[in-house]
Amino acid sequence: MTNLLEIRDLHKRYGAVEVLKGVDCSMRQGEVISIIGSSGSGKTTMLRCINMLEEFQGGTIAIDGQEIGYETAGDARRRKPEREIARQRALTGMAFQQFNLFPHMTAAANVMLGLVKVKKMSRDEARGLAEKWLDRVGLLSRKDHYPGQLSGGQQQRVAIARAIAMNPKLMLFDEVTSALDPELVNEVLQVIKGLADDGMSMLIVTHEMRFAYEVSSRVIFMNQGRIAEEGDPREMFLKPRTERLAEFLKTSTFN
Amino acid sequence: MDVSFIDQLWLARIPLFKGLGISVSISFLSIVAGTVLGVFVGLALVYGYRPVRWIVRGYTDFIRGTPVLVLVLASYYVLSAIGIDLGPFQAGVLALAVFCSSHVGELVRGALQSIPKGQTEAAKAIGLTFAQTFAYVLGPQALRQALPAWVNTAAEMVKASTLLSIIGVGELLLRTQEVISRTFMSLEFYFFAGFLYFVINYGIERFGRYVERKTAVPS
Repeated sequence: MTNLLEIRDLHKRYGAVEVLKGVDCSMRQGEVISIIGSSGSGKTTMLRCINMLEEFQGGTIAIDGQEIGYETAGDARRRKPEREIARQRALTGMAFQQFNLFPHMTAAANVMLGLVKVKKMSRDEARGLAEKWLDRVGLLSRKDHYPGQLSGGQQQRVAIARAIAMNPKLMLFDEVTSALDPELVNEVLQVIKGLADDGMSMLIVTHEMRFAYEVSSRVIFMNQGRIAEEGDPREMFLKPRTERLAEFLKTSTFN
Repeated sequence: MDVSFIDQLWLARIPLFKGLGISVSISFLSIVAGTVLGVFVGLALVYGYRPVRWIVRGYTDFIRGTPVLVLVLASYYVLSAIGIDLGPFQAGVLALAVFCSSHVGELVRGALQSIPKGQTEAAKAIGLTFAQTFAYVLGPQALRQALPAWVNTAAEMVKASTLLSIIGVGELLLRTQEVISRTFMSLEFYFFAGFLYFVINYGIERFGRYVERKTAVPS
């Protein structure tokens, strides 16, 4: 059986700076993987390569056996047509650090946009699904509010509903609590935990170590553009094998 | 004297009314054409490939750095010298539309660049194509952003329409001057024309406010 996600020898450069220096990673259906590491270690970049928000120069990424972004045959490599890349992006859903809700649309309209324009649902069908997911993140009563009328935590929950309503095979979370006031972090983490309990496959870049520990089936520690250590969260956090991880954990708050 | 101004105004009502019609037509056509063209200019400035961007950048800088009167004269005399024969009305509207497009292009560029990159990324992440992203996410936000400055530009175009009197387009100013040369009531008729221009521009401004209010996002 093919893995849900298969990353092989992923290389990414910004000009002369190499930020990903050969990352390999595979993920099965239903896994919840947290990616930790200090800033600049390449964890967010790796996540953004998976839905082609970043181009990458070497290696392959496949979702359900389908090569993402590029056509490779031997050494030859060609970027897929833009329309095809847009379609492939819908295989994954992404939640961002800065929420990135569309400010000129209500919460419900934010969730409906992709359903109507990408999934070609009728407006009624899309509205039903949007309301179902807004209810799920506890914001049905706010469906007609605009992002500017919502708190950060509420905005992030709408953003998660917007991504998940598209029924992606894999959810990508990019430091979704980093821009939130401390008292708003928990409501967002609870939503993600609920999705994990449903068996959603998720890749989570986070600085919340306690959360990573609790929610993950596996943890990946990245350092200087490579995966430095990976494994079961209990072993990783309690008995780090590498010096680097031990040091990183010492400097991060585990609360 | 007041009575005679009213009499003269009544006598001149038809040429003045026609002049007003021409002024409104010139303004309307050049604003519409300039805005449509300007949106493409703005898109090219933001999303165009490098050579396209350079060419369009050169176009806008050149046009914006040139007095409108020069554009009007050039459009009328230079184009006919190279064999493109446009009537004064067409040549004038072309010059104003070109001028308008360079300004609207800059407005659109500024508005698009002020939208955070995260908006495009979020739109891409749910699988929208570039055209869809522009139509539903970037466009509506840029529109709100650019609207107040666009109203200014539109009002400028109405004022610039008076320059077409130089190449003999029978718009409001030229008709007013003709009436004055017959009646010698320069003060009265210039005031009257000024009042009409004010009414047009006030209308545009009210319209802009109305659209702004209608499209305001609650927060």
